[in-house]
Amino acid sequence: MNEKNGVAIEASNLSKIYHRGSESIAAVDDVTLSVKDGEYVAFIGPSGSGKTTLINILGCLDNPTSGRLVLAGRKIVDNGENLSEGKLTKIRREIFGYVFQKFYLIPTLTVLENVMLPFTFYKKPGADGDVDRVLKLLGIDHRKNHLPGQISGGEMQRVAIARALVNKPTILLADEPTGNLDTKRSKEIGEILRDLNEKVGLTIILVTHNPSLAGMAHRVIELRDGKIYDGK
Amino acid sequence: MINIFQVAYKNLLRKKSRSGLTIIGIALAAWVLVSLLGFNRGYESALNKDIDNLGFQMLVTAKGCPYEAATLMLKGGTGLRYMKEEIADIVRKEPEVDEVTPMLMQATFDPNKGESGGYNAYLGVDPNTFPKMKSFLEFKQGKWFTEPEAYETVMGYEAAELEQREAGDMLLIPEKNVELKVVGVLKRTGTQDDGTIFLPLKAVQKIFGMKDELTGIGIKVKKEADINKFEEKMYKLPDVQVVSLSQVKQTIMTLVSTAKVMVFSIALIAILIAVVGVINTILMSVMERLQEIGILKSMGATAWDIFKLIWLETLILCVTGGIFGTALAIATAKATEVLIRQLLPYAPSGGLVQISFALVILTFGVVILIGLISGIYPSWRAGRIRPLEAIRSQVE
Repeated sequence: MNEKNGVAIEASNLSKIYHRGSESIAAVDDVTLSVKDGEYVAFIGPSGSGKTTLINILGCLDNPTSGRLVLAGRKIVDNGENLSEGKLTKIRREIFGYVFQKFYLIPTLTVLENVMLPFTFYKKPGADGDVDRVLKLLGIDHRKNHLPGQISGGEMQRVAIARALVNKPTILLADEPTGNLDTKRSKEIGEILRDLNEKVGLTIILVTHNPSLAGMAHRVIELRDGKIYDGK
Repeated sequence: MINIFQVAYKNLLRKKSRSGLTIIGIALAAWVLVSLLGFNRGYESALNKDIDNLGFQMLVTAKGCPYEAATLMLKGGTGLRYMKEEIADIVRKEPEVDEVTPMLMQATFDPNKGESGGYNAYLGVDPNTFPKMKSFLEFKQGKWFTEPEAYETVMGYEAAELEQREAGDMLLIPEKNVELKVVGVLKRTGTQDDGTIFLPLKAVQKIFGMKDELTGIGIKVKKEADINKFEEKMYKLPDVQVVSLSQVKQTIMTLVSTAKVMVFSIALIAILIAVVGVINTILMSVMERLQEIGILKSMGATAWDIFKLIWLETLILCVTGGIFGTALAIATAKATEVLIRQLLPYAPSGGLVQISFALVILTFGVVILIGLISGIYPSWRAGRIRPLEAIRSQVE
């Protein structure tokens, strides 16, 4: 929790402009938003509306062209001036956990090894004691010695979520986490995300095309042409 | 807890056949390296041994004295020149000298030899030093004389044939009316030793009345000594001439050096092929795993972490290949030797392929270096990828 002001993400006038020849395309266009600690926010919108670009900028995976971004009281981007890649790496590993549409599990590592993979590069103090709890929380503790090829798609996404959680992030970014799953598995993942938010207090930013998944969030923000669409 | 080594190792298991083929490539390079360097070393030392087996590499004789029995015969057994035995002591004290053997050659006319008579050459040798220096001489019968003044003889193969003598027979020295006991007959050597009758030095000096006189001194020079410098030193002795094998040895060694350059060139080519193979494999593996590398970076892996991971994968491949290659080289050393013997017009006796512990260590060093060098570029490429570019790279 950010005890200073209870704001996890504060973005002002964020834009991301791509140039193609003489043409300029704004993938994110002057977005201002704020996410409170412990909030569950879902971004929806048609393909090409800028959802993924926005979540990547908020998650320090991409740099905006202009604007200001503050994460847990730390200034990340100011007037389009970005931090160095080294500093961004530190912020990514301290603040975020990422879940993507594809699971990106290493096929030759067991479920447990995949979940513990982040520790190879960085371990938050006391984080390793949490592994069993995370595996149980996601209902995959009985699968921990299986290889990814031996488990279902839903279980694979749970492993990916567990991997994102082992280093105790304060914000979980999930980009189309159910995009590769059927309705039943999607519902299960949705419930897991809701539980993580409600029971663990994790701040969650979600990008989805799935209305029922978005419906579980506290707040749904619709994007159109890179802008926040307010129905007008 | 999983560590970076396990991750690297398990990554390589994902494409077993590709990793396997790369390991085979490196193993072959290591095999070529060990075998060629082992051959280079073995060949040189076997050749050195053969040259050393010629006995002494240098002969000091009194000025004008014939130093081969054949010359002596051509001169009708005359023309021998002498030097004092003390010269042998002077030579022995030189630091370059390993061993010295004094000799006295004499000849007698034997009217019963052949149709119109002929000369017999007697070589008085020191029973302590001569047999050691000519250790390659093998006996058909008997052995060397042991007593320094015994009236005994060892006959060269042809001399024994001509005189029709065997070990245990007696041999008369014509003109001197002295009988010698034949204690040994040598096997054929193809050198002038075949026609020589060997006696203890003191016996020859006594029989021919040549006390303290020598016709030649055989010198074995230490391996590390500069033969040319030593030769010059010998020329400074009064009234002596020097006959040296050093030129011959140097010529052979120059040839060996030329062969060495070829051997190293082939080894270098093998190494270059291995390096290119490894770079190709690792680069392909990096390109295929771009998204995954992006995910690792999003987990908090730094550029250096990714560099280490990919570098470690390269090293694992190279070290495994190195182990297999070296084992293969050791296992096939005998077969390689047989093959080389068939291919070479002249192969010295003794082991042609010598694989030592130092050579194995050297090969590992080279193979690890191959890994370190060939891993740099793919690792650097992987390390500098920005996470988002990597994640986006193949998104359908």
